[in-house]
Amino acid sequence: MTIASEQIATRAAERRFSPDWLGQGFSKVLLHVVVLGITLVWIVPTLGLLVSSFRPLSAFASSGWWTALSPPFKFTLDNYSGVLGSSNLGGSFFNSFMITIPATVIPVTIAAFAAYAFSWMKFWGRDFLFLALVGLLAVPLQATFVPILKLYVQVGLTPQNVGFVGLWLVHTGYGLPFAIYLLANFFRALPTDLFESAEIDGAGTLTVFFRIVLPLSVPAIASLVIFQFLWIWNDYLVALVYVGSTPEVAPLTVTLAQLVGSLGQGYQLLTAAAFFSMIVPLIVFFSLQRYFVRGILAGSVKG
Amino acid sequence: MRSSGFKSLLTVSVIALLVTVACGTGSSDKGTVHVLAVWAGSEEDSFKAVLAPFTQKTGIKVSYESTRDVDALLQTRIAAGNPPEIAGLPSPSTLSKLASQGHLVQLDNGIIDMTKFSAQYSPGWIQQGTVNGKLYEVFSWAAVKGLIWYDPKNFTAKGYQVPTNWDEFISLQNKIKGSGTTPWCVAVESQAASGWPGSDWVKEIVLSQSGPTVYDNWWQGKVRWTDPAIKQAWETWGTILGPGDSNVYGGKNYILSTNFGNGGDGLFANPPKCYMHNQASFITDNFVKNTPGIAPGTDFNFFPLPDVNPAYAGAHVGSGDAFSLLKDTPQARQLMQYLVTPEAQAIWVKRGGKLSPNKNFDLANYPDDITRQVAKVMTGAKIFDFDAGDIMPTPMRDAYWSAVLAFITDQSKLNTILSGLDQVQSTAYKA
Amino acid sequence: MDFNSLLSTLLADVPTLAAVIIGVPAVLAAYIVGGEFLVQRLPDKARPSLRPWIWVGPALIFVAFFLVYPVFGTAWRSLFDNHDNFVGATNYGTELAGFPSGGAWIAIRNNLYWLVLFTLLVLIFGLMFAVLTDRVPYESQVKSLIFMPMAISFVALATIWKFMYSYQPPGEPQTGTVNAFLALFHQDPRIWIQDANVANFALIAAAVWGFVGFAMVILSAALKGIPGDLLEAARVDGAGELTIFRRVIFPLMMPTIVVVGTTLVIFALKAFDIVYVMTNGNYDTDVLANRMYKLLNVGDTGLASAVAIILVAAVIPVLIFNLRQFRAVEARR
Repeated sequence: MTIASEQIATRAAERRFSPDWLGQGFSKVLLHVVVLGITLVWIVPTLGLLVSSFRPLSAFASSGWWTALSPPFKFTLDNYSGVLGSSNLGGSFFNSFMITIPATVIPVTIAAFAAYAFSWMKFWGRDFLFLALVGLLAVPLQATFVPILKLYVQVGLTPQNVGFVGLWLVHTGYGLPFAIYLLANFFRALPTDLFESAEIDGAGTLTVFFRIVLPLSVPAIASLVIFQFLWIWNDYLVALVYVGSTPEVAPLTVTLAQLVGSLGQGYQLLTAAAFFSMIVPLIVFFSLQRYFVRGILAGSVKG
Repeated sequence: MRSSGFKSLLTVSVIALLVTVACGTGSSDKGTVHVLAVWAGSEEDSFKAVLAPFTQKTGIKVSYESTRDVDALLQTRIAAGNPPEIAGLPSPSTLSKLASQGHLVQLDNGIIDMTKFSAQYSPGWIQQGTVNGKLYEVFSWAAVKGLIWYDPKNFTAKGYQVPTNWDEFISLQNKIKGSGTTPWCVAVESQAASGWPGSDWVKEIVLSQSGPTVYDNWWQGKVRWTDPAIKQAWETWGTILGPGDSNVYGGKNYILSTNFGNGGDGLFANPPKCYMHNQASFITDNFVKNTPGIAPGTDFNFFPLPDVNPAYAGAHVGSGDAFSLLKDTPQARQLMQYLVTPEAQAIWVKRGGKLSPNKNFDLANYPDDITRQVAKVMTGAKIFDFDAGDIMPTPMRDAYWSAVLAFITDQSKLNTILSGLDQVQSTAYKA
Repeated sequence: MDFNSLLSTLLADVPTLAAVIIGVPAVLAAYIVGGEFLVQRLPDKARPSLRPWIWVGPALIFVAFFLVYPVFGTAWRSLFDNHDNFVGATNYGTELAGFPSGGAWIAIRNNLYWLVLFTLLVLIFGLMFAVLTDRVPYESQVKSLIFMPMAISFVALATIWKFMYSYQPPGEPQTGTVNAFLALFHQDPRIWIQDANVANFALIAAAVWGFVGFAMVILSAALKGIPGDLLEAARVDGAGELTIFRRVIFPLMMPTIVVVGTTLVIFALKAFDIVYVMTNGNYDTDVLANRMYKLLNVGDTGLASAVAIILVAAVIPVLIFNLRQFRAVEARR
């Protein structure tokens, strides 16, 4: 925080003339134009997918999706009914939740504790361990399948015996490096004065963690939850390897992938499937948006 | 701290967790067979329809898993020690590799009744599933390649005749070209497998032009890609594509970027964008789905690719769906035996899209005349050889497909492309 | 689904539900409570040096088992051939042979393209969106729209962009958005991912589009951490928005930018799904992870392991950079 305080002091000393009302109004309009403009361009591909999902297969290869927006309108709900009518849709939807929720909650919790330790506690080998953790982000997942799966089979951590437990543990292992890396970064940015004043007040480590650090890091934790949830919700390969694709355990990604035949027959269903699958992560994102607010930190030290 | 509350919650949840772990899925009475294959979507429905009578008759449950990445998944599960009992793969080369590594169960010493089997399957199909003299794979369904699809109405309108030999074939092509339209529609895009439709062209020409001995030595890696016979096949394909791919609608750009499923759509455009399209029999499904309102026979028909070399007349390339046994259980044995019966095969054939390699198969089971004629091409073929790409080692096949893309991009680079293939060949065939 | 089958399905799911709703929180609570319990039993003097280990312990155990152990296993396997004969560094030699036109070197070159272009573009766009949306009242809605591509699975993303890059011959109505856009300016359509000259960039463009949401969300969280009073004070003193960004916002966000940048660089090294689904490495687009996948498919575990180790080793320069940043932040405290 000291850099910014210095700069404010410098600015105060300079006392420049501030821009006038009209100039501010113009730059406000410019801002809106730029934001809306870029957003519009950005959503074109998604919009294309959305419109395509309402078109019949025969239209796909013969005309671009934008032609469907002008008459004659040849919309169809076939793609969506194809997706909704697929066998085991409800079951795999449920499975996806049963896989994703624990596989999000567990790593976020473990990472929060570990990240705090890495940021504010001193212990032997801390820097080396942290760097090693970051380095592990680079491990390609395919290289880990055989050794872990072999061990799982030997120990009996198969879907028949323990359901999704094996998958939760695997996703935790895979997700921890990024989670710790991200949270440690945010924890480290908290002002030292906070901890000093808490110590003066006699607060124990656990209290500081739960009453000060976590509430102030809500945007960071919200980000992490969004991404961890998202990656597991959209994961196909890891689930396929560790629990397989039988109807009892298949998550949504596997079920939707099976809509398309081995030669690509039925690929038009993927357009509707994409939107159907997208709903839940978007709901998670939208509902966590309220945690992205500024000013939680403001005034906390002076209080 | 509310420790007592915590402690009781802890106890309850630990018990709950133990109960959860203890309650696995219930075990079934007659047993289960796990099958892993590539079929999904409507194919999966067809395969499940095939399995239904089996479960009804024997009470054995079949747990079917499908994924596009069968090779990868199979390797992983075998290495980890939990393979499925039965695997169905479109690429017999993987199965052959697994056989030589000892991961497959031998079938001809008790599991399959070989007297009945030899009576129902021609030696070619049996040989295809044999590795080192032992039977490891059986074929349940087949497909024929080298079918040239055309729109009879367009042919009649222009007075074109179906060619009966190679010379007529080439002159028809030139005639169409002369009248201002591209004679051919070709499309090779197929995601990770892009290039395979072009490889079909080349292998059909190799077989028909140089004969089965060269063909067999070629896919076994004993004939080099730079061998004059193989090079000639590529050049022949080059004359069909035309210099700079000018005989094909849309040129190289369209060929490379269009999905094979849409390859034949140009036949039915008004005015037609092309007049002929080479593809296996499954493509009729795409024709009908992509261009609503067309019907087999009136709007599309086929003629087999004419013989390039009269010495090897009646040569055709085909492919098949193979099954192998990875874990020997009584239930899995029963399923394997079921899958080679004509009754089981008929269920899928009736739904369309597949042929049966079984000699006892009743032709009346084929859903329409076109499929029946295709089946006759297969059974009547004097020389019937398996899809070379499917039985080459996978790295060789992948290089083959990539070579097709490179050739379409620039035909003049053929020599470089072929030497590149030779390089891959020198290492791909080592076990 | 009739009522009976629905009921039986639900009943079959009860153990899973119990595990998720009761079991998992219970285990986590047990860890927190149990951990603190253990710490309290420690002698006062030992507590500060031993408590970190209890907090870091589970994470280290998970990571050691699921990541470190397989990495060592992979490194070990890279020294053997497919028949379990020890061959030392031969696999590395085979993979890295033929510089500069050998397969692995083309993949490395492509990974470098990804590393630089993908990371820079995602960071720039992410930062821009984070900062700009912060100042408009409809921030949530815009961020949701920018975030949407991340919510789409890789397969759907590849499907979208394959449609985007669709080609029809010149003169025909275009089916692909990009070529249709060119047609608006009377330009001829062209192929994108099937042309080796532009294929890499076409793939990277699709990946950038998919990932900006990631950078935006995290950078936005960091942005929110900058106290409002700081920015207000700067504005009151007459600093223009651009100056505020350069002198206040950007420096304060630097640590997070490093984190996002590092994650993006590592993702660029591991890039696989998009390349695999759209081109499978054809048209000069191959990347290391794709090579590894193809080798694994045919059971060439020795070579595949060598590629994996090369990938992991390539991240070392990034780690060194992180270490320096880390030390700099520590020094300032």
